[in-house]
Amino acid sequence: MDKAFASRRRRDLIVAACITAVAALVPLFVKDVYVQNIMVLTLMYAALSQSWNILSGYCGQISLGHALYFGLGAYTTALLYTKFGVLPWFGMLAGGLVSAVIAMALGYPCFRLGGHYFVIATIVIAEIALVLFQNWDWAGAALGIDIPVRHDSWLTFQFTRSKLPYFYFALVLAGIAWFVTWWLEDSKWGYWWRAVKDNPVAAESLGVVVFNSKMGAAAVSAFLVAIGGAFYAQFVSYIDPESVMGFQFSLLMALPAVLGGIGTLWGPMLGAVILIPLTELTRSYIGGSGRGVDLIVYGGLIIAISLARPQGLVSLFARKPKPVAAVVKEAVAS
Amino acid sequence: MTAETIIQSLASGLLMGLLYGLIAVGLALIFGLMDVVNFAHGEFLMIAMYATFFLFAYFALDPLLAAPIVAAALFIFGAVVYLFIVRFAVRAKANTGMVQIFSTFGLAVLMRGLAQYFFTPDYRSITTSWLGGKTISIGGIYLPEPQLVGALIAIAAFAGLYFFINRTDFGRALEATREDAGAVALVGIDKNRVFALGWGLGAALVGLAGAVMAIFFYVFPDVGASFATIAYVTVALGGFGSVFGAFAGGIIVGLVEAVTTLVLPASLKTVGIYGVYLLIVFIRPRGLFGSI
Repeated sequence: MDKAFASRRRRDLIVAACITAVAALVPLFVKDVYVQNIMVLTLMYAALSQSWNILSGYCGQISLGHALYFGLGAYTTALLYTKFGVLPWFGMLAGGLVSAVIAMALGYPCFRLGGHYFVIATIVIAEIALVLFQNWDWAGAALGIDIPVRHDSWLTFQFTRSKLPYFYFALVLAGIAWFVTWWLEDSKWGYWWRAVKDNPVAAESLGVVVFNSKMGAAAVSAFLVAIGGAFYAQFVSYIDPESVMGFQFSLLMALPAVLGGIGTLWGPMLGAVILIPLTELTRSYIGGSGRGVDLIVYGGLIIAISLARPQGLVSLFARKPKPVAAVVKEAVAS
Repeated sequence: MTAETIIQSLASGLLMGLLYGLIAVGLALIFGLMDVVNFAHGEFLMIAMYATFFLFAYFALDPLLAAPIVAAALFIFGAVVYLFIVRFAVRAKANTGMVQIFSTFGLAVLMRGLAQYFFTPDYRSITTSWLGGKTISIGGIYLPEPQLVGALIAIAAFAGLYFFINRTDFGRALEATREDAGAVALVGIDKNRVFALGWGLGAALVGLAGAVMAIFFYVFPDVGASFATIAYVTVALGGFGSVFGAFAGGIIVGLVEAVTTLVLPASLKTVGIYGVYLLIVFIRPRGLFGSI
């Protein structure tokens, strides 16, 4: 590995540690519940988008059906808790595992499909799951599940008086999703995924098992998204199929990554930090939800980014490559 | 369940299927022409339905009379979308796959948001059109007139399209550009003009479908979403890009839907269609009539 790359990775890690430390201090100064709520959602979508980015960005298999895994995470936790009294912490893990297994089971037939066929298959599968949950009486059907709130406790992961615990959990979740991406980026998986994205035929001929690479990416991605879903179920304490498995979640997972830079380490974080507060604020200033203002903002931004800067906003921070002459000079000097 | 109810629902499934074919054919045309999936196709249908509704509400124009006007308006809209968005999207140097999907997908989200903002999320419907709510009995089978006329329009549109592609200069240019966009440039055909006209034509066809749909279906901002998914299924069944595959695909989807509603509760209607999509692409990853 070349030196510049190694030092860039070290720098990324230090920057991430600093940002996390600063972010952890923010709620000590910002007491407004409305703002804290936006911060929790921002961190959650950052984590989700970072996880989505592993399959769709790094590995290039664009999924518009990740709401399925979000919903599975939320439902597994809520069902295990309300029906069997299993603590959300275990439910969260179970949801992650269920999602990862289902992602691989679905990946088995789906990863044979190319481009548009794959994208449409992801949409269709999430829709089928949504309809099935709406008709599944044991799981509350269309009415959903009300998670009973007993008392504030870390054990049951329920807090009615303060949003702070949710904030810190979301911060840790975003941190983990980022760290997993950082770690995988320089593992053999990371290299395989990028090879699969750029040119699957060439990758296969060089010994990359394309199919297994996609399966790995799908499992990791689905696991992390499901943890996010489980968190969301605890955060809102009421779930129904449309509110955790609806298409809008597939959209909201993809958007920050697309905006910030798809297939990049920092893209989803940057995208979420811009997008989520922006839409929450426009929504509350220009009439409530249902007026479609958030959709107008999303749609406008997606078109603008796809056409003007497909590399995403992170590319604004990228240093320009050194001129060839300088590189040669350095090489000669060393 | 009597034989009569089965024939009855298969007949209405067939009519609906022809309409699905008409909705989907524009998508297939554009895909075949330039390998781009228009993810805003459902929203094209949605604005066509709104246009029909407003022509009815403000000018008391019956949807059947409004149809040509709506199709013409959609033609212009489609060409504009190509010239201002898609033309640039296909030129992208970085993340080409992402750009192709998200440029039209972003347009879909934007159009849905604008529709919610300006038209509110309320459901609207055309209450007193010539055909609305009327049925006709043919040999003991009752057929809803709007769907029947819609199916006839769909058949006429497919016949017209067939004539157009095979018998006119522009149609031949369209076919030639599908085959080899590089070579047509050499013989002096402006690729951009053909693409813009192709987008216009594709949008005009979905406009026609929208005008008919508005007679018997509610108009609301998200109406395009479910029909778009059905259109993707239809196009995939026919093999992406095959215009006449879309025709056959539409009929299959309509019949599958009719059979699903016979055996499953109505709330599971979409599961049948989506299931068939998955089944077909898993067995034949390039669609039923697509070349491998």
